[in-house]
Amino acid sequence: MKFFASGNEAVAMAAFDCGVNLGCGYPGTPSSEILDELSKLGGAAEWAPNEKCALEVAIGCAYAGGRALTTMKHVGLNVAADPFFTIAYSGTPGALVVITADDPGMASSQNEQDNRRYAVAAGVPMFEPSDSQECYDYMCAAFELAEKFRSPVLFRMTTRVCHSKCVLERRKTVPDAKKSGSFTKDPRSNVMVPAFAKLAHRRLRADLKSMAEINEKGEYTTIIEKDSKLGIITSGVSFHHVLDAAPDASVLKLGMTYPLPVETVRNFAAKVERCLIVDEGDPVLFEQLAAAGIKVENKPEEFRFGELNVARVRKLIAGDTTPDAPGAPGKPPQLCIGCPHRKTFEVLRDLGCIVSGDIGCYTLGVMPPFNAIDTCVCMGASVTVGLGMRHQLPEAEARKVVSVIGDSTFLHTGINGIVEMVYNRPATGHVVIILDNSITGMTGCQENPATGYKLDLTPAFAVDFEKIVKGIGVDNCDVVDTTAETEKFAELLKTRLQSNDCSVIIARRPCILALAKRSKMEKK
Amino acid sequence: MNVTNVVVSGLGGQGVLKITDILAEVIFNQNLDVKKSEVHGMSQRGGSVSSEVRFGEKINSPMVPAGEADILAVLDVTQIEVALPVLKAGGVLITPDDVPVSELKNPKALNTMILGAISAKLPALPEEAFIEAINNAFPEKLRALNVEMFLVGRNK
Repeated sequence: MKFFASGNEAVAMAAFDCGVNLGCGYPGTPSSEILDELSKLGGAAEWAPNEKCALEVAIGCAYAGGRALTTMKHVGLNVAADPFFTIAYSGTPGALVVITADDPGMASSQNEQDNRRYAVAAGVPMFEPSDSQECYDYMCAAFELAEKFRSPVLFRMTTRVCHSKCVLERRKTVPDAKKSGSFTKDPRSNVMVPAFAKLAHRRLRADLKSMAEINEKGEYTTIIEKDSKLGIITSGVSFHHVLDAAPDASVLKLGMTYPLPVETVRNFAAKVERCLIVDEGDPVLFEQLAAAGIKVENKPEEFRFGELNVARVRKLIAGDTTPDAPGAPGKPPQLCIGCPHRKTFEVLRDLGCIVSGDIGCYTLGVMPPFNAIDTCVCMGASVTVGLGMRHQLPEAEARKVVSVIGDSTFLHTGINGIVEMVYNRPATGHVVIILDNSITGMTGCQENPATGYKLDLTPAFAVDFEKIVKGIGVDNCDVVDTTAETEKFAELLKTRLQSNDCSVIIARRPCILALAKRSKMEKK
Repeated sequence: MNVTNVVVSGLGGQGVLKITDILAEVIFNQNLDVKKSEVHGMSQRGGSVSSEVRFGEKINSPMVPAGEADILAVLDVTQIEVALPVLKAGGVLITPDDVPVSELKNPKALNTMILGAISAKLPALPEEAFIEAINNAFPEKLRALNVEMFLVGRNK
């Protein structure tokens, strides 16, 4: 049956049709819709507190014979990198597919890292779909490849592939039967102590050779033989830009981009006068193909930055590296009218605080009229970066440092920072404000372990922030509504900044978008 | 190759994606090839939003190249300057000034009124297909209003 669907919807359909036993992940644009779609289809899907937890739960499911899917945005795989590298060695008897949703052009991210490098670095096979149809087809192929080699598979999407919609054929009319759970004790395969890991690493490299041979068979490769003057090697959404920008060129489009079908590429390159690589991001294809001794031309450095489109691909082919003329600036996003973070940032601004920020809607506190975020690195960094600043700054300045972190981000990787705070106390103490709007806001109002609901909106245990921070041993913990009690909050913050205490202030008031979601839930 | 490019721009919350979803569904139901592209995420917070629909016999890139949009519809006048470079020479620009906004029964239905104006420029797509898609896209209590506003925009 035919559907008009986004890449995210397509992978959810494919996972469901493959009888996936569990999908788990952490929300992050552009990946966030996948698990919601899987849940809507009737699949089991859950939000984990962070990507490392999500991948590890998926690993456990696959150790127990299940088909497991885990979803995250590109920077999420940094958090999950520790299990990712070692599960590449041990593998799992059940299928384990890891979706990384990269964001070339940084539509909604703090960097544009190219996660194809993770496949190379960890030795994990990778599919790179170019549209929704390939999202569906390659997801089905990924489960099969994972089981055949008991290897995790990296599924690399990008913002355009996740969010663009196209016509797709949902090929499986009846979902595969779900795998039953079973566990066979096999410590030589599943326990990565050095003696077993040494064997596993050799097995991994041998498996990658076999996978490359499978990739040479061409199932995941499209070859269009036209003009022999120009041959283009491409992958991902760039393939479709190439078809419009260079309709007469010969094209080799790669679907499984690690391990590469090197001999297929070698044959293609030998047939054309100029063989050019057109892909977004880092020269990941170029480095491997050039190392294999294939004469290929890399894209100019200018095209490493940002997304490609038809116009940029035309320029790339022409060797025109002049930067694109900047268009009129659009209206930047801003904190919603009625957002509970607004009053918090007004107070921080008016008190002249140095604010160590974090990842979420509240990062928009950097914009006028607040101008109240001074650093932002990665999930959870607000607490610990603030501590480092407290250690280094002279006392008067150190007393101005405040860390702000959202509720979901605190549960993601903020808790460790509170442990660091009470263990290696700065001489001036520290103040952490948990901006608790009771939802994971920026990515579209997903539930989290403190909201009282699971992904599928069934009731869940709600983690208690006061109990966590008091249990860790902070000197004091207050809860305020900074919108309704702005003066009280300002006075409390001043008192805490003047003391040498390690303090947590929970600024609690629900997100206005979450209130709308809750009122819809009540009507149902 | 005969490709039609439609771009709709506006601000987060105006329903830009809603009407391009409806337009794409209409095209999909005519058995034409269609692709739709936009950037989500931060745009939820009131920033600029742009959504692109391409259709024809066979569509490759999901993004409309600069200067190649046949139709550009803009829901907020502040976004005209931002979006205009996508429109081809001689292309059709539709703004709120081109529809009878005084007849809006609910300001939130500006998007469906603009969709009506877009549909009038796409004669290959039948009116009843739009009405069916609008009925599918809205909850029951909003259907009649949106169909009415669509027809006002279409028949202005």
